[in-house]
Amino acid sequence: MDNTKKKSGFQWGIFIFGGLAGIIGVSLFLGELHYSASEKFCISCHEMEANVYMEYKNTSHYLNKSGVRATCSDCHLSNNLLEKVGRKVKAVNEVIQHFKGTIDTREKFLDHRLELATKVWAEMKANDSRECRSCHTAANMDYMKQSSRAMAQHIQGEDAGKTCIECHKGIAHRLPDMHTIDPSAVIGEASPE
Amino acid sequence: MKKNITKLLILLGLACIAFPSYAEEVKSLRGTRDLDAGSEPPEIKRLIADDRPIPRDFVQQPPLIPHKIDGYHIDKNYNKCLSCHSWTNYKQAKATKVPPTHFQDRDGNELANLSPGRYFCTLCHVSQLDTSPLVGNEFEPVKALR
Repeated sequence: MDNTKKKSGFQWGIFIFGGLAGIIGVSLFLGELHYSASEKFCISCHEMEANVYMEYKNTSHYLNKSGVRATCSDCHLSNNLLEKVGRKVKAVNEVIQHFKGTIDTREKFLDHRLELATKVWAEMKANDSRECRSCHTAANMDYMKQSSRAMAQHIQGEDAGKTCIECHKGIAHRLPDMHTIDPSAVIGEASPE
Repeated sequence: MKKNITKLLILLGLACIAFPSYAEEVKSLRGTRDLDAGSEPPEIKRLIADDRPIPRDFVQQPPLIPHKIDGYHIDKNYNKCLSCHSWTNYKQAKATKVPPTHFQDRDGNELANLSPGRYFCTLCHVSQLDTSPLVGNEFEPVKALR
């Protein structure tokens, strides 16, 4: 009798301790997820701060008439918990590349820019520009309030089943060398290979 | 010699008398306000956001840009204007295409792509503010363009 009482107290102890550890663990995990999705965290690496962040500061997602801001994670991170964690796992490669110094100068960054941008565009196209649409929903867009050019393009794009990123590239950052994607901007004699 | 000096002095004297009256007549754009008084901020003019193509006033005039070009970036890698106005994209965008003259270099050689001298669109083509002219102008286009 005495023995079983002791045992049950021990079990209770484990239960309470486990529960507390669980709560603390989950809070820490969610806290980490939240912190690592903050702009402060994103630009703590100079690759981000010196390149993409500086460019973003000149765009309407940073500075606009109403003062609403979309920061890094609003466009580049899913709201879905599983996908968020998946993205964090992928980011291991970013940490490795940071320490390898793959894009630690502006020149190196520009050399890799097309490759980096193409990846992001492919992701956004694959998920139908989900992060764009978490603010800009097509159903709530009043075409009548848009300029006639924007209206025509949006209707045309919608009909063709296009997704945001297919036209709206380079709206928050500068574009890479686009010659391979759109030869329009080639200058001079012949197209580069 | 002496006469000349006297003339010069008289002229100087006249200039001294005349100068203050000039100072009153000359009006700078900031008005006659004291230097340390600060000036009234000018009214902020808005770009015309979206309009039909604006007719030219003379034949050689680079056509004006009838829309906003905020944040349109042009560098050697990319030219935002060409995302609509290039030969590749103008049909889909229903935009005016870059004319063949822009594919000639300064010696008249025909190039396969846009001439470097013509690449930076905003050197000649400018967007317009929604405002009336500051000074009157009686310029009229030639008959052919009227």
